[in-house]
Amino acid sequence: MDKRIGFIGAGQMAEALARAFIAQGVCRADQIFATDVVGERKEVFRSFNTKPVDSNAEVVKSADVIFIAVKPQYVSVVLREVRPHLEDRHTVVSIAAGDAAGDGVRLVRVMPNTPCLVGETAAAMCLGGKADDSDADLVRRLFEAVGKIYRVDEKLLSAVTGLSGSGPAYVFVMIEALADGGVRAGLPRDIAQQLAAQTVLGSAKMVLETGKHPGALKDMVTSPAGTTIAGVHELEKAGVRAAFINAVYSATQRADELAKLGA
Amino acid sequence: MPAFAARLCALQGVAAGGSGWRPGPAPHQRQQWAGITASSAQDAAAAAAAAPSPPKSIAEKIGFIGAGQMGEALLRGFLRAKLLGMWHTGLLLPSSLLHSVKDWERREALERMGVGSVFGDATEGGSCDVANFARILLLCTKPQALPEVLESLAPHVTEEHLVISIAAGVTLNTMEQALGPHVRVVRVMPNTPALVQCGATAYALGRNATERDAELVDLLFSSVGFCIQVQEKQLDAVTGLSGSGPAFVYLMIEALADGGVAAGLPRETALALAAKTVKGAAQMVFSDDATSESGMVHPGVLKDRVASPAGTTIAGLTELESSGVRGAFIRAVTRAAARSKELAG
Repeated sequence: MDKRIGFIGAGQMAEALARAFIAQGVCRADQIFATDVVGERKEVFRSFNTKPVDSNAEVVKSADVIFIAVKPQYVSVVLREVRPHLEDRHTVVSIAAGDAAGDGVRLVRVMPNTPCLVGETAAAMCLGGKADDSDADLVRRLFEAVGKIYRVDEKLLSAVTGLSGSGPAYVFVMIEALADGGVRAGLPRDIAQQLAAQTVLGSAKMVLETGKHPGALKDMVTSPAGTTIAGVHELEKAGVRAAFINAVYSATQRADELAKLGA
Repeated sequence: MPAFAARLCALQGVAAGGSGWRPGPAPHQRQQWAGITASSAQDAAAAAAAAPSPPKSIAEKIGFIGAGQMGEALLRGFLRAKLLGMWHTGLLLPSSLLHSVKDWERREALERMGVGSVFGDATEGGSCDVANFARILLLCTKPQALPEVLESLAPHVTEEHLVISIAAGVTLNTMEQALGPHVRVVRVMPNTPALVQCGATAYALGRNATERDAELVDLLFSSVGFCIQVQEKQLDAVTGLSGSGPAFVYLMIEALADGGVAAGLPRETALALAAKTVKGAAQMVFSDDATSESGMVHPGVLKDRVASPAGTTIAGLTELESSGVRGAFIRAVTRAAARSKELAG
C-alpha cells in the first residue's frame, strides 16, 4: 500500500493494528507514524521501527490515513484540533466508542473488539462526513489484516457494540463455566481449561468455515438419547438462549445511553 | 521445520528398531498398491525426493473401520493436515487410508477424496483386508456396532497392530477382552472441530499400549488440533466437556446472533459477528501470558480487562449472571458426563 498510516493515540489497540499491518505486509514500518501523550508508548512504537512524532498535527502532516485511537472522551477534542490540518487526501478512522462529528471530513467509524490484539477482530464500520466507498474499501483492506470487518448503518453501531464489542466477555464467562463443569466432572483444572477453550475455538471455526447454520451443526452432533442432547437439555431448561439475547440487548441499550450522554 | 514435523521424523528414526509399531509394507508390496491411485506413486516419489535422507520407517498406513460423523471429520481433518503440509510426507498418504465401509455412495465419495477403499463391510472379510494392510486401525463405528466389529477383527489382529477406538463408552477392558491379551489398544475422545484442524482430543492407553503408541496417537490427533493423555476414568468428563461441548457453543452462537437481530442487525451480519467474536475471544485465552504456567490467560482476567466501569460490557454481563448462565453450563457438562457413564454401562 502506498498510503502512510498515522496513529493519534498509541495504546494497545493502535499497537496491535500497527504490528499487524507490518506483519501482513499492508505497509512498511517506516510508513507508520504515531503520537501519544505518554512518552513510553512512543518508545514502544519506535522499538518496532515505526516513526513516532511529537504532536497530533505532525501525524496528520505525515500520514494519509489517520487513526484516532484515544480514549472515547477525547475523540471530539482531537478531531476539533486536527480538522484545520486535514487535506483531501486524508481518511480519518475513529476506533473509539465516542461519537465523532464528521462534517467536512472523510470519516470512517470503526467498532473493533478486543481480539484485535490477537489478530481476530470482529469489527464493523460506518461512513461519516464526506467518506465514500473508496474510504470503505481502504478501511476494509486495513482491518482484514486483523480479522473481519462488516459495513453497517451508523444507527446500528450500538448493536455492534452490544454484540461483538462486548461479546468477548460473554465468551470468557462461558469458557470459565465450561471449565468449571469439567472440574466438577473430575478433570484437573488445567486440562479442563484447555479443553474448554479449544472446544469453543473449534466450534466457532466450524460455523465460520463450514458456513452451516449453528442450529444445523448442533443437530448433527446430538445423537438420540446421547450425551450431547442431555447437556443441551440443561442449557434450554435454564433459558440460556434468552440470557444471551438479553445480554446483547442490554449492552446495546447501554451503548445508546452512552452515545446520548457523549453528544 | 516445524517442531511438530521434527518430532515425527525423530519418531520414525526411533521406531525402525523399536517395539511398538513396525514399519509398513516392504517396497515390493508398495509397488503393488501404487497402481490404485496414480497420486500414491507420485507422492512416494515426491517424498523420496523431498526427504533429506530416506526415512528408516516406511509409510505407515491407517485403516479406518466405519466412518460416521466423527470418523469422517477425522478422515477429512487428517487429509487436510497432509494438504497443509503438516505431515512429513511418507508417513501419511491419502491412498494409504483404507476404509472398510458399508455404504456404496459413501465409498465412492471417499474414493474421490483419494482414499483407497476396501470392498465388503467389516463382517464380510473387510476386517481381514484392513488388518492385513494397516498396522494402525482406527475404529470409527457407532458404539452399538463395535462388539460386532471387534469380533470380526479379533482373528486378524496381532501384537503388531495398534487399535484405536473413538467409540464413546466402550472401555479399554471391553476391547482387550474381545481382541486378545496381546493387542495394543487406545481409547480416544476427539470432537468434530477436528474437521477444521481445531479439535480437542483426549486419550487413554490400554494395558499393552506403549509410550511409542502414545506418541503416535498424540502426533495423529495433534495434526487436527489439541491432544492430551488422560486416565480412562476421566474420559466421561472429557466426553461431557469437549465431546459434547460444540453443541453448547453452537447454541450460544445462535443466541448471540439472535441478540444482534433483536438489537437491529441484519441476520447475516449478526451471525458473522457472533461467530467471529466467539472465535476471537477463545483465541485470546490461548495468547501468551508470561505469568501463567500453562501459557493460557485466565478467562476471568480477560473478562475483567474488558468490562469497563458502567460500560456496555458489564451491562451485558449482569444479564448473564442474573440468569445463572454459569450454572447452566456446569450442569450441561456434568449431565453429559453422567450420561456418558450411563451409556458405558
